Amino acid sequence: MTDTAQAPGAATIPGRVTEAPVARRRRLPVKGSAVVMALYLLFLMLPLYWLLNMSLKTNAEILGSFTLWPRNLTLENYATILTDPSWYQGYINSLLYVTMNVVITLTVALPAAYAFSRYHFMGDKHLFFWLLTNRMAPPAVFALPFFQLYSSVNLFDTHIAVALAHCLFNVPLAVWILEGFMRGVPKEIDETAYIDGYSFPKFFVKIFMPLIASGIGVAAFFAFMFSWVELLLSRTLTSVDAKPIAATMTRTVGASGVDWGVLAAAGVLTIVPGALVIWFVRNYIAKGFALGRV
Amino acid sequence: MNKTVNQKAWFLVLPVLLLVAFSAVIPLMTVVNYSVQDTFGNNVFFWNGIAWFEDMLESERMWAALWRQLAFSGLILAIEIPLGIYVALNMPKSGIWASFCLVLMSLPLLIPWNVVGTIWQIFGRVDIGLLGHTLDAIGIEYNYTQNFYAAWATVIVMDVWHWTSLVALLAYAGLQSIPDAYYQAAKIDQASRWAVFRYIELPKMAGVLMIAILLRFMDSFMIYTEPFVVTGGGPGNSTTFLSIDLVKMALGQFDLGPAAAFSIMYYLVILLISWVFYTVMTNLDKRDA
Repeated sequence: MTDTAQAPGAATIPGRVTEAPVARRRRLPVKGSAVVMALYLLFLMLPLYWLLNMSLKTNAEILGSFTLWPRNLTLENYATILTDPSWYQGYINSLLYVTMNVVITLTVALPAAYAFSRYHFMGDKHLFFWLLTNRMAPPAVFALPFFQLYSSVNLFDTHIAVALAHCLFNVPLAVWILEGFMRGVPKEIDETAYIDGYSFPKFFVKIFMPLIASGIGVAAFFAFMFSWVELLLSRTLTSVDAKPIAATMTRTVGASGVDWGVLAAAGVLTIVPGALVIWFVRNYIAKGFALGRV
Repeated sequence: MNKTVNQKAWFLVLPVLLLVAFSAVIPLMTVVNYSVQDTFGNNVFFWNGIAWFEDMLESERMWAALWRQLAFSGLILAIEIPLGIYVALNMPKSGIWASFCLVLMSLPLLIPWNVVGTIWQIFGRVDIGLLGHTLDAIGIEYNYTQNFYAAWATVIVMDVWHWTSLVALLAYAGLQSIPDAYYQAAKIDQASRWAVFRYIELPKMAGVLMIAILLRFMDSFMIYTEPFVVTGGGPGNSTTFLSIDLVKMALGQFDLGPAAAFSIMYYLVILLISWVFYTVMTNLDKRDA
């Protein structure tokens, strides 16, 4: 360490004091952190690799021998899922109610988030807090009452029932996320638009929504995701016609003679939708999980 | 931002209010209704006062589930928070590698919860899973359906796998907001790596870490799907957490009264933590503004 020897020169040549240690320090820690990240990512990827590995094997190979990669590469498991209606219908059901949920969520959440971000009104803080409590409410508490509620209004085993049930936690989430984004838009824009003669709906759709386009995308992504990953409510509210892929999978597990290859392939296919869009929201993931704060 | 008072804003939040009230208030009232009534069958109910609440408060089963739940939440927090911070400190600051890490780390967060369970169920099996097979090969007895410790280890490692990235991403977002000037000042002061972490990074991350802790505590407090798929709450009752026990009681045995009383107490706890969360969030907003 020559740092102490350099110290007297600090006043005259500030560049050396700040930059020399940087170069020296960077080399080692970067290597160390790369190792840490590599180990962590390996830990994350191993189980996923194993699932993918199994989905590409025949059942004989899965049960017969222990192989680290598929010796007889087969796409048979995927073919089974994509051709058997009892399997692929599960995906269609899931996608249907998830899409409905995203549309409903954004439609009601956008104006509400605008109200919260721009105005004070009676009970606004309480309402905002109450919304949050619904995001945090344990689905297990709601499973049975939901079943009875949707049965009594004849919506049991329909896609809209699941979509509405998922609004319980997705609407609050979307309101919080959107409010976070909307606060970043200066209020002067609203005022200028009104002076220019825009009506509220026209201003909102034509000017405001493009300004928070990324926020809408993030809110849509998170509504999609939380509706897609949830199982307890969607399973409780459906039996045949709207049964989600997640429930189709659960019922296969534990049955005598589980078809491991198909199960793994079904699992891989449920990861695909999230994996496809993750690139676009990578910088907002933390913000979305933290309900628009951070 | 200075907001104006405008009562007409209520019209904008009305759709949300109605929709969420339909999904939240009606079911909650159903639960309240059940919690104070008893039945001899045939859908004939009679007033039962607070007997179910007293029953549940004395029920060993509920207390056991609660302690298991607290042990679980405590353990995963003790692992995930430090690990998440550590990972965040080691992430690349910018560039293509940062994006690459962000995407890969987010992957487990987007997997349906029962698939997470299935992945670990397969991964831990001695006959066909990489983890189970490896442990078996090096002579460690590992069977998550029979062995108490193996079941707990599996459930904990699964949760760490699933959610540590969330903590890391939040901590990373906190780190990104620290201006370079802070680090330069620390360098001029010749602060040690530990001092930089203790006096610059940690205080700057405190807000997001608080959010991370609360989110993880709350979400783990209502965990259901993942452990249910892997262990089914077993062996015995050893991984029967609150939600699993509640669903068993309500949908499995149809003990509506006790289950409802249980639900309400469960809900009140969540409400309390939500309030802490809300306070932290709004204070954070004020600090930023």
